[in-house]
Amino acid sequence: MTEAVAGEVVLSVNGTYRSVPSGWTLAKLLASLELDARTVVVERNGTILRDRLSFASLDLAADDSLEIVHFVGGG
Amino acid sequence: MAHADLISTATLTDPQPLVIAGHEFHSRLMVGTGKYASNAQMIDAIEASGAEVVTVAVRRVDLDRSKDEAILHHLDPDHFFLLANTAGCFNASDAIRYARLARAAGFNEWVKLEVIGDQQTLLPDTIGLLQATKTLVDEGFKVLAYTNDDLVTALKLEDAGAVAVMPLASPIGSGLGMLNPYAIRTIKQRLSVPVIVDAGVGTASDACIVMEQGVDGILMNTGIAAAQDPIRMAAAMKLAVEAGRHAYLSGRMPRREVAVPSSPTVGMLGS
Repeated sequence: MTEAVAGEVVLSVNGTYRSVPSGWTLAKLLASLELDARTVVVERNGTILRDRLSFASLDLAADDSLEIVHFVGGG
Repeated sequence: MAHADLISTATLTDPQPLVIAGHEFHSRLMVGTGKYASNAQMIDAIEASGAEVVTVAVRRVDLDRSKDEAILHHLDPDHFFLLANTAGCFNASDAIRYARLARAAGFNEWVKLEVIGDQQTLLPDTIGLLQATKTLVDEGFKVLAYTNDDLVTALKLEDAGAVAVMPLASPIGSGLGMLNPYAIRTIKQRLSVPVIVDAGVGTASDACIVMEQGVDGILMNTGIAAAQDPIRMAAAMKLAVEAGRHAYLSGRMPRREVAVPSSPTVGMLGS
């Protein structure tokens, strides 16, 4: 687990702890990961975020657990 | 003339197109997108197969980007019907979660539902499958349920609201072909919803024999992707599915234990 530093929040993204600046939105996180919000689905603390437009106003919080998934090859 | 299309064109027309949950599909062959050497090879193979329905899996984004896994960069969702699966799920609640995530991607509410019960054989957990089917049907999903070749389970899945039932020919990725033609035939005869045989087809003759049982379609992945030349095998599978379908529609001759000459027995030369 990453220790929280002042001005940062620690959250879990796809099973790995990450530290991001306080005040970051989900949209900001996706942008920093170079992910196109239209091609991924995000589950936050067990709840699927269906409204992608809400990503820009969704503030990340300490101890959030995010799952960011997409479609891959499969049978 | 009723058979003019059969005689005049190379491509046979299926008199009854495949319809699942009111949606008409132009191909009875559905294909997976896993295990290809490259995305370019996958796309060429899918094109060669003529498939409209292509399956995809839901997985975590690799945040380190060590692999180019995202498939939507390569598959045009306007051109193909994306069918998300719940592969890798070993209980009903995981399968439900994956189905919900897939639907949230925004393409459709269809899911190829897999609840696996055994790691070694990947045979389905039919109890979990039935539970997950009921829940997802209640939530408005169109459930295509991957199951074993058991009639009673297939009937229960239909009762639970599955829009198609997908019995296996043999275990996933095994390439063993259809192990129990009687079971597959019986499921097809007893169900009202489409029966799509899923898994186990290893080569074109396997696909042809499956279709000759009268089932509505086949879904395959490894049989194409693991061939030495996947693109040519995809084309062969397309032909085999069509051949098997038309052989079924033709009504095969009865099997006999004795020979019956094809040529006249009269008019032979005297000795």
